[in-house]
Amino acid sequence: MLGNDITIPHLLIFFPLIAGLITFFLKNDVSVKAWSLFSVIVTLFISIASLYYSSSAALSGLTFNYEWLKYLGCSFSVSLDGMGRLLTFLTAFCFPLIFVATYRNSYKNSKMFYGLMLLSQAGLMGVFLSTDALLFYFFWELALIPVYFLCSFWGGEKRIAATFKFFIYTFTGSLLMLIGIIYVYLHTAATPFSDHSFSLQAFRAVNFMPSQQNWLFWLFFIAFAIKMPIFPFHTWQPDIYEQSPTAVTMVLSGVMVKMGVFGVIRWLVPLFPEAVAKFDNVVIGLSVIGMIYASLIAIKQDDLKRLAAYSSIAHIGLMCAAIFTTQQMALEGVMIQMFSHGINIIGLWIVIDLIEKQTGSRKISQLGGVAHKAPILTIMLVVIAFANIALPLTNAFVGEFMMFGGLFKFNVWYTAVAGLSIIFAAVYTLNMVQKVFYGEANSITASMKEIALNEKIILSVIVVAIFMVGVYPQPFFELTKDTVAAVITRFK
Amino acid sequence: MILLRQDLDENMNAIILTAICGIIMMFGGVIFKSKATPKYWAIAGLVIIIISNCLELTSGDPFFAIDVRNMLSFNSFNLTFITVALVATLLYFLLSATDIEKVGANVSEYFALIFFVLCGVSLAATFNTLLILFIGIEIMTIPLYILTGSDKRNLKSNEAALKYFLMGTFSTGIMLMGIAFIYGGNSEGSFFINNINLGEGKMPVMIAIGMVFMMIAMSFKVSAAPFHFWTPDVYDGAPTVFTSFMATIVKVGGFIAFIRLFENSFGQVQAQWQMLIAIITAATLFIGNLTAVFQQSVKRMLAYSSIAQAGFMLLAIFALNDTAKEGLILYSVAYSFATIGIFAILIKMRDYTIDGFNGLAKQQPVLAVTATVFLLSLTGIPLTAGFQSKFYMLMAALRNGHQHWLVVFAVLCAAVSAYYYFKIIQAMFFKEASQDVDFISEGNEVTPTFKILLITTAVLIIVVGIFPSIVTEWLHYSF
Repeated sequence: MLGNDITIPHLLIFFPLIAGLITFFLKNDVSVKAWSLFSVIVTLFISIASLYYSSSAALSGLTFNYEWLKYLGCSFSVSLDGMGRLLTFLTAFCFPLIFVATYRNSYKNSKMFYGLMLLSQAGLMGVFLSTDALLFYFFWELALIPVYFLCSFWGGEKRIAATFKFFIYTFTGSLLMLIGIIYVYLHTAATPFSDHSFSLQAFRAVNFMPSQQNWLFWLFFIAFAIKMPIFPFHTWQPDIYEQSPTAVTMVLSGVMVKMGVFGVIRWLVPLFPEAVAKFDNVVIGLSVIGMIYASLIAIKQDDLKRLAAYSSIAHIGLMCAAIFTTQQMALEGVMIQMFSHGINIIGLWIVIDLIEKQTGSRKISQLGGVAHKAPILTIMLVVIAFANIALPLTNAFVGEFMMFGGLFKFNVWYTAVAGLSIIFAAVYTLNMVQKVFYGEANSITASMKEIALNEKIILSVIVVAIFMVGVYPQPFFELTKDTVAAVITRFK
Repeated sequence: MILLRQDLDENMNAIILTAICGIIMMFGGVIFKSKATPKYWAIAGLVIIIISNCLELTSGDPFFAIDVRNMLSFNSFNLTFITVALVATLLYFLLSATDIEKVGANVSEYFALIFFVLCGVSLAATFNTLLILFIGIEIMTIPLYILTGSDKRNLKSNEAALKYFLMGTFSTGIMLMGIAFIYGGNSEGSFFINNINLGEGKMPVMIAIGMVFMMIAMSFKVSAAPFHFWTPDVYDGAPTVFTSFMATIVKVGGFIAFIRLFENSFGQVQAQWQMLIAIITAATLFIGNLTAVFQQSVKRMLAYSSIAQAGFMLLAIFALNDTAKEGLILYSVAYSFATIGIFAILIKMRDYTIDGFNGLAKQQPVLAVTATVFLLSLTGIPLTAGFQSKFYMLMAALRNGHQHWLVVFAVLCAAVSAYYYFKIIQAMFFKEASQDVDFISEGNEVTPTFKILLITTAVLIIVVGIFPSIVTEWLHYSF
């Protein structure tokens, strides 16, 4: 690797962190943008390098341990397993997309904006990398703080209230999880320095009574459910997606909601298998209700951003349901869908942002005929829209198909009801495409122009990614094989 | 696992030196001609005390070897706490000494009183008999009655002083009554705290009554609900610069006395009084947090928030284990530093309402950013000392293994606290100032030194948040 002291997980966390801190001290806007774009591209390369170490022998080089709080048995231990690599890659991949796509947006006090964005990237990397519960909790909260400032400072009109709601929701959830973490910690075995340990292995080694698992499960699950979000903890989400500056919305919906899914797979399911088996119907039920509910609301939405937000709730609901089926097929589907959903939703936001910037409106009822004015944009959008509905050949098809397959094995009725959400997705997505892009151009859309080069490049990258993953998803299965296997073995 | 160093040497550095400094400062009113001189003497004196105390902590060599006949006990926990209190006071002097000068004419006396309070805190942290506890608590509070009323021409200050004095003496009376009951309940008649006749099975009635009285009296001193009613008025009425001192060093001093008393005297029968303290804790958390939400004045909000924070510190007394003691030390650091910092900023402000902070970040970015760190620490966000301290408290309470509902209740209250702390952050960063007024009141100026000190404090809070062991290190070694 790169010597014993600096490993790839380190670079993934500390490079964005230091880059972000440097950004605060840069002078003019051009250098801020150039520097932050440069740093996210470097991070992307580091992440690509991590993908090459696929064998388990090389994996030891991707692990790092440092006694951090010695007396507590907490260490700064980071490691890249399959799912970690997938999600750090997603994070590293999304940030350049976001930065290039919003390159022309100007922000007041841009060094703060980009600095905070990079800090949130560092926080996200930390969440996906840490194999120590306390460290995980640290990053879990730290990823939130930059986003809080980003939304409250650069967001829309009702930003303060929306962000505050978001913050209080997630903070409450996190604190409940903290209790859970401490409780599990107090039951772990002793280490040479301390009575207990926060490491993931130690956590997994604890065997709890079913009664203990039952309430520990909910302490953890509520934190993750708020983050994902799962019905009925979702009410913060449409508001914050609507009010945030678009770049932040992309981070939130593309990457940050994956924290919840990731948390369930990494920290909840392996720790409390019996409770998972006990509450699977409750969770899947909530997820399915959320899917249908969010899809129905999405049909009625007139605001493009809110439509995308509710559509996202529906997609995440399916992922959550799929995890709790504990079927191998479904879990593999979740893995690939985490990546696909991140790409697709960012593509959708980019298009919405472009339309809003040019026409000043996000209302479906006010728009129309964009296709005449911007044919390339329309082609790109249609592909992304198809991916959102999960048509075959697109990336989402692979994931959704496998997740529904797993759900079908678990219970046919859930599958039947959840399957309605695909139809609803087609209804609201195609309705949106039809009303916004086709028909006659009106006074609002008359000024629409074709998209610029940077936007073309980014949307092409997304479209290519959609097809590539849709046609050849095998590398993703290979990548996340170990994680899926590790989770499944807990249930045998 | 904490291995406490129990020294047989009698190390009274802090107690004696604070008393000497207090007396010097008292005469300083006659000696010093300039109004600005006392603060330099006070800071110098405090630095000497800190150094001597640290020497004592690290090497165990006392300057004054006095046979205290086991009336005082010095171990690494007590000494660490005294160091924390002294360092916090130093920080307070550095940040706010110029504001102390503005309160009134008797500058030197104010410093003298603060040194006496520190002497009381040192006694309250090291007592081994109920009598020393009583003396310590009284030395700690009587100067505060004077400091509260030091703004003589301000009616609110007078009212606060009188209220504080009446309530304080009332609780002192209860404490004395408690001591008398405990003394009477002991067949041999002893004041030593580790020598109380706790009986087999249930506590003897006399002792139990005494214990409840002690609990009530201590709850008064640390402003735990339902004995907190004096706190908002007194904190609000007192000159802000003294509120800062009262809400931090004195309050954590009270907590150290509280935990030492209950650990050493009633620790063995914890099961019999744990429910009582759990209810007090829950009530304190609930009332403190809920009432703070509705405050418009930042000063009053901080008064209620100090009640809320006291609720979290009470978890240490509820848990009463090594983690709790370690956590209480950390909490003292986190809470004192952050509160002293936020008060130092508040003193400079023209308008004490939350709206008065609107748009502060534009005009005074350093003040706004450091205030944000202090508020994040009070909320308990990771990377700040406040998180570590809250984390230790929760861990202590869970490790105790009883009454898990209290822990869940505590974190829900902590989530509520985010609401009012973040209101100030929102005002500073995301709202516009109503007109082009100066945020800083006349006569106060934000000097570069002040800014550097604020930044230092903020950095300290973050460093402790990442490496809490620099504070708790001493508790883990035995000599």
